[in-house]
Amino acid sequence: MADDALDATDRAIINGLQGGFPVCERPYAEAAARLGLDEATLLARLRRLLDAGVLTRFGPQYRPEALGGTTCLAAMAVPPEHFDAVAEIVNGFTAVAHNYARDHALNMWFVVATADAGAADAALADIQRATGLDVLAFPKEAEYCLDLKLPV
Amino acid sequence: MPGSEAARLTAAPGGLDAVDRALVEATEAGLPLAERPYHVLADRLGLTPETVMARLRALADGGVIRRTGVVPNHYRLGYVANGMTVWDVDDAVVDTLGAKVGGLDCVSHCYRRPRHGAQWPYNLFAMVHAADRATVTVRAGRIADVLAGHYRAHAVLYSTRILKKTGLRVSS
Repeated sequence: MADDALDATDRAIINGLQGGFPVCERPYAEAAARLGLDEATLLARLRRLLDAGVLTRFGPQYRPEALGGTTCLAAMAVPPEHFDAVAEIVNGFTAVAHNYARDHALNMWFVVATADAGAADAALADIQRATGLDVLAFPKEAEYCLDLKLPV
Repeated sequence: MPGSEAARLTAAPGGLDAVDRALVEATEAGLPLAERPYHVLADRLGLTPETVMARLRALADGGVIRRTGVVPNHYRLGYVANGMTVWDVDDAVVDTLGAKVGGLDCVSHCYRRPRHGAQWPYNLFAMVHAADRATVTVRAGRIADVLAGHYRAHAVLYSTRILKKTGLRVSS
């Protein structure tokens, strides 16, 4: 489903339901009413948007730290000729949740998600050993907001 | 056993207990798409719907759940330009200004992170997602306006490829 296949109802759902889904016996009915829809329509639309990959998930989003887990951003300067091989090594670590190529001397940026900070340090040390490249750690020291505000 | 049911309605103080953990595990991939999703979860976990709802409310009130709703796929929505804007901001004002940058509509995440010497002088990270790089540049300009006079250098790192993306699964 291409972006232009989204109609006004899809957009209203995506924009209006990024938070605040109620906890009650018939939450879809209540959320649908706020959007001027009925329960069956909202359920069908959500199913279609999930199936099409427009939504990656529908439900509660947990704060990893609150679950006792931790995440840490890290980066490496990977020689371009070894980029794919290094990506394979890094991605092979189950602690690595995301990995992005970026256009900078530090060209590989990844996030490790682990049970605690000690395990994160250990994972980064393991990656450094496995790749033979310096891993720079960028733990978050302060978070200034985390709201998705993507109007569609 | 009404006594144990009463205990289950209340989250364990100061941490998550086994009931919370089971709920997290059952919902981190998503809520059931059913008319009574909390009843479906209750059946699956051997809990009452009242317990499921009370626990989820408590997890939201306690900040364990950040929000509940749709998680859009930026790329499928046409937000194909993913710019990590980074700024070397005066330490004395980075928290005050970081809060302002984080409050901009165009910034999806904003963090303070450590510098790494001359190789990486930047301490403020603000993610900007847009349909194209030109729009990201305009938005980086709005961030620069907020930080005016208080930053020494900045850069925008675009993602050129997603190498791995799995949901954050924290349980088990």
